[in-house]
Amino acid sequence: MADLRPDNPYAPDRFPDRERRVEFPPDAKEKFEYILTRYPTKEAALLPTLHLAQEVFGWISPEVVHYVGSLLDLSPATVFGVVSFYNMYNQKPVGKYHLQVCTNLSCMVNRAYDIYEHLCEKLDVQPGQTTADGRYTVAEVECLGSCDTAPVVQINNDYHENMSVEKMDAWIRSRS
Amino acid sequence: MDPIKILTANIDKPNSTSIDVYIDAGGYKAAEKALKMKPDEITQIVKDSELRGRGGAGFPTGAKWGFVPKNAPKPTYLLCNADESEPGTFKDRLLIEKDPHLMIEGMIIAGYAISSNPMSYVYIRGEFYYGAMVLEKALAECRERGFLGKNIFGSGFDFDITVARGAGAYICGEETGLIESIEGKRGQPRVKPPFPAVIGAFGGPTVVQNVETLTCVPLIINNGAEWFKSFGSPKNTGPKLYCVSGTVKKPGVYEFPMGITIKELVFDHCGGVPDGRTLKAVIPGGASAPMLTADEIDIPLNFDALMKAGSMLGSAGIIVLDDSVCIVDAVWRLSKFFAHESCGQCTPCREGTNWLESILDRIERGGGRASDPDLLLDMSDNIGGKSLCALGDAAIGPVISSVKKFRSEYMHHIEQKSCLPETRRYRRLEMPAAAH
Repeated sequence: MADLRPDNPYAPDRFPDRERRVEFPPDAKEKFEYILTRYPTKEAALLPTLHLAQEVFGWISPEVVHYVGSLLDLSPATVFGVVSFYNMYNQKPVGKYHLQVCTNLSCMVNRAYDIYEHLCEKLDVQPGQTTADGRYTVAEVECLGSCDTAPVVQINNDYHENMSVEKMDAWIRSRS
Repeated sequence: MDPIKILTANIDKPNSTSIDVYIDAGGYKAAEKALKMKPDEITQIVKDSELRGRGGAGFPTGAKWGFVPKNAPKPTYLLCNADESEPGTFKDRLLIEKDPHLMIEGMIIAGYAISSNPMSYVYIRGEFYYGAMVLEKALAECRERGFLGKNIFGSGFDFDITVARGAGAYICGEETGLIESIEGKRGQPRVKPPFPAVIGAFGGPTVVQNVETLTCVPLIINNGAEWFKSFGSPKNTGPKLYCVSGTVKKPGVYEFPMGITIKELVFDHCGGVPDGRTLKAVIPGGASAPMLTADEIDIPLNFDALMKAGSMLGSAGIIVLDDSVCIVDAVWRLSKFFAHESCGQCTPCREGTNWLESILDRIERGGGRASDPDLLLDMSDNIGGKSLCALGDAAIGPVISSVKKFRSEYMHHIEQKSCLPETRRYRRLEMPAAAH
């Protein structure tokens, strides 16, 4: 098993830990019940339920996959298939600040790679990884649809536009 | 040609997202008027206006509505496509974040015209979190005023809208991929036919329209088809939003009657390329559109003229590249995008896009072979037209056009193992590549 790739779906940590069952708190349950009223089938509520689960639990762990499946009468395989298809569902825990640098063409020609490479070096992380203190995750992402204000860095849910290495540094200083 | 402010009439007003500002500017009059008409009359007016879809394909909107069967056994759905993910495109984000009510009014009219069931959806890309919040607030304002819900405008028509957030997948902008995603599945496009207008979301007839297309609808109802046709040229009508980005002095969203030339837009209105630089290439319709060289830009930005020139208007995302940009590097970045976003369903696209990316990376790193440009063309030939949706065809657009138009730059890379002296590479090659 040792040489399995880290993203291998059959890796041992893909299976839920029975000791760590998860459940929505009451306010999230209420939101979930509302989501169900907006769709004609239970399955159609899967994407919004996963968004909700990520808000509550921070990432989509194997335990969350099983829990969401049980809420919507879907198999864990179906849920995991959807989770792994879409980019925004975190399949690993992410840092407090998820720094997502767009490097697509319009951002690239406006020096987005300088920001991305600078972040990896400054924070000493590999692309897609989280700093040891759990504060920052650095990721390269595809076009964020804000090319006129390139380069763009999405930090958690917010867009930071017309960015530069200096502005990125200033932002990090303001957080520490 | 002077810029116009029709679709963007409200966006500079203070508090432009509020329903009061929108109503003060004459908002929701078109919906009130339309709901007193017969659905077929509305479809006819939209047909007469020659409005074509603004999402990329340019399909006539009225004709699409006309395909929806009457008395289908399952409910009809209206879906708004706000999954704006085409690199170089950012017009829908502006419309949603600054004037959400114009789009909502367009949805009410379109929903009535196709006799939609009482629930319709806006599928907005997950990254547009702020846009989704703006929409939720705007929808709540509409429900308060009775513009959404039961018996809207006293017409007996029930209609409501739900904001469905995507989760980061370009392919969900493809209409059947979007439908799959709304149904809670992976966004893998469907085999067509049956077309969505016959069997779409949840098995019912479905119309999927881009945000900008829907914002045109209230304007057509208010001012008439002839007024709409007074902008642009026959079959390429109406006001149009153009997104300009890349190496250009004044990037942004510009509104013109459809058919301004690339040359006029980029040089007269966007300030041209940075000082000391010359224009090298323009991608006229988002990443999927074959690129044009600096000699080919005296061409109107409309569906038919660009099609004739071997490119396309697509989503009107105009990416400007000056002579400091390495074409191989630029095309590598676009190929990386398509390889990342291929849904994996069709083998030619899934495998081919990865191969295109690898070969372009090899050339960029100085390991290119003399046969590589032809290999890229051959590979493109094995992707194009061989997949269910248009992603495969989109992926080869920049590759084929760049190999044909900039072959000497490819050969320079292969022979000299470096970029042209005047160009720069934007990434450090020793950085590990992120996994797809």
